[in-house]
Amino acid sequence: MDQTVKDALFRQLVRLGDDCLVLGHRLSEWCGHAPMLEEDLAMPNMALDLIGQARALYTLAGEIEGKGRTEDDFAYLREEREFTNCLLVERPNGDFAHTMLRQLYFAAFMQPYWHAAQGSAHEGLAAIAAKAVKEMAYHVRHAGEWVIRLGDGTEESARRMRDAVEELHRFTPELFETDEVTRILAEAGVAPDPASLRPEWDRVVDEVFREARLERPQRFFPRSGGRAGLHGEDLGHLLTELQYVARAHPGARW
Amino acid sequence: MSELDRRRAWQVAAAVPDPEIPVVTVADLGILRDVRIENGVAVAQVTPTYIGCPATLAIELAVEAALRDAGFEARVERVMSPPWTTDWITEEGREKLRAYGIAPPVQGGNSTRALFGETAAPCPRCGSDDTERVSEFGSTPCKALYRCRACKEPFDYFKCL
Repeated sequence: MDQTVKDALFRQLVRLGDDCLVLGHRLSEWCGHAPMLEEDLAMPNMALDLIGQARALYTLAGEIEGKGRTEDDFAYLREEREFTNCLLVERPNGDFAHTMLRQLYFAAFMQPYWHAAQGSAHEGLAAIAAKAVKEMAYHVRHAGEWVIRLGDGTEESARRMRDAVEELHRFTPELFETDEVTRILAEAGVAPDPASLRPEWDRVVDEVFREARLERPQRFFPRSGGRAGLHGEDLGHLLTELQYVARAHPGARW
Repeated sequence: MSELDRRRAWQVAAAVPDPEIPVVTVADLGILRDVRIENGVAVAQVTPTYIGCPATLAIELAVEAALRDAGFEARVERVMSPPWTTDWITEEGREKLRAYGIAPPVQGGNSTRALFGETAAPCPRCGSDDTERVSEFGSTPCKALYRCRACKEPFDYFKCL
């Protein structure tokens, strides 16, 4: 594989790994706090899927980089500015409506991403995609059902869901951004162009919103910067918690 | 000699039970892909079920330990491709799951394109199709929680992947 493509793939794997790790951590924060027992099982379950995907992505990134970095090095020993996750996934959990909408927005993007990446020219990425696409189908369905139930629910639940849309929608255009990395990978047939996934994302979100009686905001100010390592204040707090033990006890094993 | 060793190593590895559902073995689940003898070392290839399944490491260690106990030098390789799906569970494995009270996966029960919809899982106790899903996420990543309307019993459903 061409070195330029290799470098781009490395960066993309880290981006995807960061998305999965950060959102997985956010979902794990719900453990023991969910509004009902079934959700207390569901959210850590989905967190496990995402953290498992992150591990596979980081491991592959380390192999491609060839400097001996492990999944743990990527997760625990990088600083905030080195994380290139999209801003959507680092948003605080907020209430349950916020969490479910964030989940829908992300899963509705990743499902077509993995679907397309199954045909990747890179065997390792294709293998991860083939597993992740099936897991993500459950995430889309779970989040979609909740967005409908709450959006088309009581006055209170509908208001909370509308607030979540108002707050989170501005983070969605970043998902579809293209740059040098995505262009190189799309041209080499290694990973899909994020912009090409927009119609499928629109279809799913529109279908859910129609049933949920929600509307997309007419005007909003798009936010981005995550892919360049420019994050909101919240990511630092998340990493502090995520990395504390690994940094306090370097190299500890159990 | 080596072929005999290979077969014996396969049998040893294949008999390792799943740590979370001990009635089925790794061979029943179809996650033991291959066992070969390489320079005198038994090399077992294992594939994860769910990508984040916390039992993956435990299974790999158990397979390695079983091979060592049987006198082999052993190593376990994790393979991702081709990806495991619930279709890899053997017919015997499906029967064991059912007898244990876990409804085996309905083939083709999870369309990755379907936005809504619920799999109709038959009750493993009374066989009735009149069941309802209580929660899509259950006690482990691979299971969902159902309830039978006929015999009123709750049961686990091994989710289709």
